[in-house]
Amino acid sequence: MREDNLEMSENVERYLQLDPRSAAISQPPSSSSSAAAFVSPANKSRNCNSPCPDHVLENVLENVLQFLTSKCDRNAVSLVCKSWWRVEAQTRFEVFIGNCYSLSPDRLTHRFKRVRSLVLKGKPRFADFNLMPPNWGAQFAPWVAATAKAYPWLEKVHLKRMFVTDDDLALLAESFPGFKELTLVCCEGFGTSGIAIVANKCRQLKVLDLIESEVTDGEVDWISCFPEGETQLKSLSFDCVDSSINFKALEGLVVRSPFLEKLRTNRFVSLDELHRLMVRAPQLTSLGTGSFSPEDVSQGEQEPDYAAAFRACKSLVCLSGFKEFTPEYLPAISPVCANLTSLNFSYANISPDMLKPIIRNCHNIRVFWALDSICDEGLQAVAATCKELRELRVFPFDPREDSEGPISEVGFQAISEGCRKLESILYFCQRMTNGALTAMSENCPDLTVFRLCIMGRHRPDHVTGKPMDEGFGAIVKNCKKLTRLAVSGLLTDEAFSYIGEYGKLIRTLTVGFAGDSDMALRYVLEGCPKLQKLEIRDSPFGDVGLRSGMHRYYNMRFLWMSSCTLSRGGCRDVAHDLSNVVVEVFGSDDDDDDDFTRDYVETLYMYRSLDGPRKDAPKFVTIL
Amino acid sequence: MEKVGVYDDELVNLKATELRLGLPGTEEKVSCGKSNKRALPNDTEKDIESTGKTETETASPPKAQIVGWPPVRSYRKNNIQTKKNESEGQGNYVKVSMDGAPYLRKIDLTMYKQYPELMKSLENMFKFSVGEYFEREGYKGSDFVPTYEDKDGDWMLVGDVPWEMFVSSCKRLRIMKGSEAKGLGCGV
Repeated sequence: MREDNLEMSENVERYLQLDPRSAAISQPPSSSSSAAAFVSPANKSRNCNSPCPDHVLENVLENVLQFLTSKCDRNAVSLVCKSWWRVEAQTRFEVFIGNCYSLSPDRLTHRFKRVRSLVLKGKPRFADFNLMPPNWGAQFAPWVAATAKAYPWLEKVHLKRMFVTDDDLALLAESFPGFKELTLVCCEGFGTSGIAIVANKCRQLKVLDLIESEVTDGEVDWISCFPEGETQLKSLSFDCVDSSINFKALEGLVVRSPFLEKLRTNRFVSLDELHRLMVRAPQLTSLGTGSFSPEDVSQGEQEPDYAAAFRACKSLVCLSGFKEFTPEYLPAISPVCANLTSLNFSYANISPDMLKPIIRNCHNIRVFWALDSICDEGLQAVAATCKELRELRVFPFDPREDSEGPISEVGFQAISEGCRKLESILYFCQRMTNGALTAMSENCPDLTVFRLCIMGRHRPDHVTGKPMDEGFGAIVKNCKKLTRLAVSGLLTDEAFSYIGEYGKLIRTLTVGFAGDSDMALRYVLEGCPKLQKLEIRDSPFGDVGLRSGMHRYYNMRFLWMSSCTLSRGGCRDVAHDLSNVVVEVFGSDDDDDDDFTRDYVETLYMYRSLDGPRKDAPKFVTIL
Repeated sequence: MEKVGVYDDELVNLKATELRLGLPGTEEKVSCGKSNKRALPNDTEKDIESTGKTETETASPPKAQIVGWPPVRSYRKNNIQTKKNESEGQGNYVKVSMDGAPYLRKIDLTMYKQYPELMKSLENMFKFSVGEYFEREGYKGSDFVPTYEDKDGDWMLVGDVPWEMFVSSCKRLRIMKGSEAKGLGCGV
């Protein structure tokens, strides 16, 4: 039985190796046509005496598994037995890799043979806050090289926090003729030259989304590099490309992209230019409005009817941009407010008075991002109208620790009372109370993501003067679906005992400037069985706390601890005792540390890995 | 107001946030000199809502910005401030270490205009007090002496050279403690 199975899988492999490209261009290994066809009867009869039951079973399984898309389900399936593992591997078309260093590209291409879509994440999140020296790693290069050979039919690549070069993009554009979707989130290392190559060579391109990435200005007119004729473009996002673009070319592109639904322009697109685009693409569902300021301030009679353009976009449900907006033009968006499900004002210094007339009509809003310039008053207006709100993010206009902070527990509590369906909140403020947190925990039971940042470090409840323990305790206790939590303010070990006791579904936990002792860390590591990502900074946790999680680290994606009280010896012991976990230690600079700080560990970043320590670690990183 | 609250709590929770060199559980303490210089309110709970003396004493110097805090991505920061501050500049970050404190900090020297501002900021950051500076004799009245490494690799006393020269030549700061500091204190 076993030999037959082995032979069959070899046959499949041999089949693939013999003619990889034929499957590629015209017809990627499809899920729609019967997977059984791939297990060629000709090969079977050559090596098996009769159709073995296992073949039939595997064929059936292949047909069934193609309907399974959830990676958790697929992971479970692959654990049933070796045969199921193999079949699952053959039918997995979308691969998600949460940490690019958890395995090598070779392992990916070896196990999964028919990948069409790849999601790769690189640097840990704290790298966004300058806590990681540059050139730490997470290069896309080895991945694009490996997949270029193994999956010529690749259609989709989604990268987050990876280092991507123009050469990588060029290789991608050349290697995947059927390439359809490129999404780069928080990436860096590439420029407009690389974008131009993708635009030019990927003729099937549907999605080109550059989101919060650093894109160097290669002084290339990349918009003009899209080929002539009708495009397949469905989504084009370039709001993070901070260089001017050829507007005429953009307009021409929009005109010949009949399938375009999402267009996010950068701040170099003025309001009148935006108007021209909207008129040509009234079918848009998502619009990034660029600067939202007219180019020519001296208006004549020629001022376009902006409101009419918005009115014409009957499908528009998502608005963002407003990067340099002129307040008097804001009311132009009013015609679409009733249809909006997502509104992002987080780059616009909008006051309560500017917000209120707009938000009053946004009954269907589900996602709302804004700056704290809207004040508690603005939040109250949101709470009064946006009964369908699921996600709220309020960012600080003045992101300094000792800034004034125009919002507080007042707006927070108003939201909790008005928006009962809230699922996700990110809130930056300077004043908060345990009472408000408790209220939200009771009013919004559907919360899955709770991230509160009280910007002044160690701030207590500003009314009672007590630590914020009880408030966060209420959140973890009452919000039974909570999977992501970020804490702040003055917190003792008690807060962490609550998290450990009630946070049974928490997968991501962010801690900064909190806790009294190692007990806090221990509560979390012993109490939260689903914990995957733990990121900690500037908290008094040391080697003892670190050791309390030994049983967990292999089941987690990563642990980050910076500016805590870890010693090199302690970290080395952990590295020694956990062979499948890579323990990286580095400082915040790329220069070498002084002698006298050698025992002090500034940053610990550890993660499980199937293929051992990476070979591309820079000099300032020590892998213990 | 908030500022008072912050300083009060930092004093109250000195112990809570204390980072120690030894393993947790040992008694060794980092001595954070509480000097007579600053009259911080002792009874914090009463004073939380008051706009007391603390605010006037520590009014002007910008609080040293901790790297990466508050956690807002630079992409977002840059976008909001595009109009505000075109000529923001890179900032001149130098590492600061203090003898006995098991952590390093970074500060941006361009945030300060003169020595007193810098000293106040350091005192606040590391919870210590520097003595009084005398041109001949260096710092008196405290075990802690602020020093810096200049471009030539020499360790100098902070305050010995004019401010602009200091900013342009300082590579890193070190707050020395005790006897090691005495040698430097006696003029360069």
